[in-house]
Amino acid sequence: MHYSRRESTMFKEEKAWQWSSHIILAILSLSCVLPFILLLMASITDERTLIQQGYSFFPQKFSLEAYSYLWNNSNGIFRAYGITILITVIGTTIGLAITSLIAYVASRSDYPFQKVLAFFIFFTLLFNGGLVPTYLLYVQYFDIKNTLFALIIPYLLMNGFNVMLVRTYYITSIPAPLIEAAHIDGAGEFRTFFSVVLPLSLPILATVGLLQTIMYWNDWFNGMIFITDASLYSIQNVLTTMMNDIEFLSKSNNSSVTSVVVSVPSTAVRMAIAVIAVVPIFAAYPFFQKYFVKGITIGAVKG
Amino acid sequence: MNQNSVAIEVDSRDTELNANGKRKKRNLNWKKIIPLTLMALPGIIYLLINNYFPMFGLVIAFKDVNFAKGILGSDWIGFKNFEYLFATQEAYIITRNTILYNGGFIILQNLTGIAVAILLNEIRIKVMQRVYQSVVLLPFLVSMVIVSYLVYALLSTETGLMNNGILPLFGLDEVSWYSEEKYWPFILTFIHVWKNIGFSCVIYLAAIVGIDQEYYEAAKLDGANKWYQVRYITIPSIVPMIIMLTLISIGRIFYSDFGLFYQVPMNSGAITDVTNVIDTYVYRGLLQLGDIGMSSAAGLYQSVVGFLLVLLSNYTIRKVSKENALF
Repeated sequence: MHYSRRESTMFKEEKAWQWSSHIILAILSLSCVLPFILLLMASITDERTLIQQGYSFFPQKFSLEAYSYLWNNSNGIFRAYGITILITVIGTTIGLAITSLIAYVASRSDYPFQKVLAFFIFFTLLFNGGLVPTYLLYVQYFDIKNTLFALIIPYLLMNGFNVMLVRTYYITSIPAPLIEAAHIDGAGEFRTFFSVVLPLSLPILATVGLLQTIMYWNDWFNGMIFITDASLYSIQNVLTTMMNDIEFLSKSNNSSVTSVVVSVPSTAVRMAIAVIAVVPIFAAYPFFQKYFVKGITIGAVKG
Repeated sequence: MNQNSVAIEVDSRDTELNANGKRKKRNLNWKKIIPLTLMALPGIIYLLINNYFPMFGLVIAFKDVNFAKGILGSDWIGFKNFEYLFATQEAYIITRNTILYNGGFIILQNLTGIAVAILLNEIRIKVMQRVYQSVVLLPFLVSMVIVSYLVYALLSTETGLMNNGILPLFGLDEVSWYSEEKYWPFILTFIHVWKNIGFSCVIYLAAIVGIDQEYYEAAKLDGANKWYQVRYITIPSIVPMIIMLTLISIGRIFYSDFGLFYQVPMNSGAITDVTNVIDTYVYRGLLQLGDIGMSSAAGLYQSVVGFLLVLLSNYTIRKVSKENALF
């Protein structure tokens, strides 16, 4: 009797926990999604409605004006889109190649400089020179300003953290006897790496490559500090520049800036550009979600 | 100096191997070393350029940078830049903001991450669990620029949802968000937590999923309710994880999320006192004000204190649990 009553209170409690978990998580999920919906709604709101009514989830008048404007004046936007795709593909490919190579060498315990190399990589995680020397080095000595290199090389191409992740994977998941066997079969170091080690390391490379792809796609900092030529803007830089224009307009409230207003895309267009910058990531998300979660988890545990 | 000690270690290991009579010869196997070194070379060159040269470049904080003379040829001025920097009110403000914001972020991000992870773990319908987790991670996927657009859509004075849709419902007056200091500590903290909650919840969920189910079975048999299970099983099991993540974040407390403090407040001058952190100060000094002296002094200050904090936090991690230490 007593036992069954306890059973039933536990059952009730379980149910209460289920419900409250669902409710809290549903509210949280909504708060994560609604801002994006607001952005989407703003991009399909009629421009005049937008100015009178403000941003709204339920605009009184819809219009696809912003998207047709983008389509008709697509040169700049498509160009920026192309640049984003280009730097993402090139940066991720080269980055993955040099990351996996240096990580492999640093994982080989029979390489005489293994410890020196590992420390050389690791120290970059502890100490860094910061913005000023990095910026001056790239601008003054490598003359990187207003080139595509500026969007690919500084900061993003390779980082010690990813190298350590891949290195740990090599050490723990690729048995040394396998490499020795390849050597005994007469394979040189390069052959061993490309035909034995690389195929076995695809899971970790997929994870690191994904993190790097997202990093390139989302980067606006390099463009902001190194690029002043609008023809080299990535999609994120188009967005930062437009944001600065809003800022400029709101700071100078006199009528002499009306000439500038003409060159600034309308509010809905701005939001439409933000939408098309987000859509590819969200569209691909269901497919890479598993790897992404894995990447975050191993990064936190191993790092 | 550190590199020397590592080199010595490597040497001693080699001689040790010889003493043990392994078949490894004292003379180096060039057929192995040359190709392996070549493989590592692109990465080494990149780290030299991107990471090591700038470290040496930190000396410009002790120089009066003059582009006509070149950076290396500029005159040495000792600690002048630092004297100027720390004589200003700003040095205090940026240090205070950096530490208070990041300190608050660490606490709140961990608390919310743990709470959401515990709730997610309760969900029995696996599909819903995956949906919640994926959705909560959405903000983590987008750039800070996109976030600044979302915030603008909410807070813009003329067209924002807050002023047009939400405040009127409660009969409140319009707020000029981008020029009122008092709201920003809350806004920035909220955005940070919103953007990173998915990230920390994923990490903690992984730790919670790894807890042995037998503990819970035993607790249930003893009649422990859910609260007790969370309080006495779940939380104690993830304490090592909490300590680790917190210490790692404390090691990085001097570095801020530049985008959050620069893009999201739209570089608005009226609220700089509560949005300026070391990173934004360095950026503005270098690229907007052209004050390389102050900017590089603040940068060196950040690098050195940041380095000491990393060493300190690692030292502490080693005290707590040796296998989790970074080095």
